[in-house]
Formats: sequence, structure tokens, C-alpha cells
Amino acid sequence: MYLFLFAVAGAVSIASTILAVTRLNASHALVYLIVSLLAVAAVFFLLGAPFAAALEIVIYAGAIVVLFLFVVMMLNLGQGSVERERRWLRPGMWIGPSILSGALFITLFVVIYQETGTEFMSKAVGPGEVGERMFSAYILAVELAGILLLAALVGAYHLGRRYMTDRREEN
Amino acid sequence: MASIPADYALYLALVLFLIGLFGVLLRRNVIFVLMSLEVMMNACGLAFVSAGAAWGVADGQIMFMLILALAAAEVAVALGLVLQLQKRFRTLDIDSASELRG
Repeated sequence: MYLFLFAVAGAVSIASTILAVTRLNASHALVYLIVSLLAVAAVFFLLGAPFAAALEIVIYAGAIVVLFLFVVMMLNLGQGSVERERRWLRPGMWIGPSILSGALFITLFVVIYQETGTEFMSKAVGPGEVGERMFSAYILAVELAGILLLAALVGAYHLGRRYMTDRREEN
Repeated sequence: MASIPADYALYLALVLFLIGLFGVLLRRNVIFVLMSLEVMMNACGLAFVSAGAAWGVADGQIMFMLILALAAAEVAVALGLVLQLQKRFRTLDIDSASELRG
């Protein structure tokens, strides 16, 4: 039963990710990306990681994709952008990336295939256990992540502020 | 939970990662390149979570959270750069920003 659910969620995530990467219209691609992230969240639930699944929905599908959506709306891409994407995505361009990622797929597939099969432990790891471990053994990593986020905040403010002031001057 | 072999989750992470890599190589629109990068990071997180679940420990989920923080930081700065690219070059073509001739 779990294996069947896993297969469905995995198939949905693969299909919607392929659709997201190959769309011409950015907003359509973002909707497919949300579906893909929700499917991966379902996989996390099935693997016994409910906290990671919740974070996947709240932060990835909620915050990060909405950030993309804001920028797509700010850039105001219209019908012209679909035409331009069609020009940029000529059929010949598919060949190189397909060969490269196909070769990598075969390599990594063989590596995973040669490992002897490990079954998952049947116990789910809940938020409490994650939190305890995170703020004891991994406290330094948490602090470093905080510093990283602060640096990103300053960088994003710096880049975005100049965009806004310049746009005001144009008007 | 016990009935899913660890290999299958790793195969799923592998396929998702390669779709993201394919997108980075194929697309020229900078927004799609960033989306593909997100897909690749998400696949890495899936690999971490599935490895953590295989041993029944919390470490995989902690790594996933750190990847989440990294992805959020990356996307905030990168979207600021997208706005600058649009302002300076009036296009989203990532090849137009090649003034360093790298």
C-alpha cells in the first residue's frame, strides 16, 4: 500500500517537474512547480518525515514559489514573452542537454543499483526529535544558517532597492 | 513505511535532480534557470531525507532544513539579480550578461 502511494506521488512529481522545466509561460511553469513540490511533500510523509513534509509545503511551495511569482508579475511578462521563449527553445537545443543528463542518469543509476537494498525503518521521526537534535548537535549549523540568511537579506535589499529607486526616477 | 526500499527514494531523487540539470542546460530564460536550480536543490533534500529515514534518525531532516535555508537565501539574492538584469539589458536572456567574457 505504501509502495503504491509512493509510486503515485513519485510519478506525479516527475511528470510535473518535466512540465515545469519545459513550459514557455513562466506562470504556468510555477503552477507545475508547486504541484511537483506538493508531490515531494507527500513522499516525505510516506518516508516517515512529517516535519520535513510540512516545511516543504510551507517554505518551498508557500514562500519561495510565491517570491518567484512576485518577480514574474513585477517584470510584467506578456504574450510577447511566450513567442520569445519559443524562439529561444529551438528543437536542436534539446539534444546536448539530453545526452549529458542521460549519461549522468545511467552512471548514477548503476551506482545506486549495485547497492544492496536497504529497507526503511518503520518508525517515523517526528518534529520533537528533529528539534532536539537540531538545537544540540547541530547548533553551530543553525547559527551559520542564520548568518547566511542575514547576508541574503542585506544582499537582496541592496539589489532590489536600486531597482525600485531607478524605476521611480524613470516615471 | 517499512515497505518502501531505500533505493526507490534515491532513484526518485536522481531523476528529479537530472530534470533540474537538464533545465539548467537547456533554458536561456534566467527565471527558468533559477527554477531548475530549485528543483535540483529539492532533489538533494529528498536524498537527505530518504537517507535519514533509512537509518531512522533525525539528521536527514535537519540537513533538509539547512538546504531549505540555503535555497531561500539563494532565491532572494538571485531574484534581485534578475531585476537588475531586466533593468540593465531589457531582457531575461542569461547569455546577454556575458560582459566578463568568461
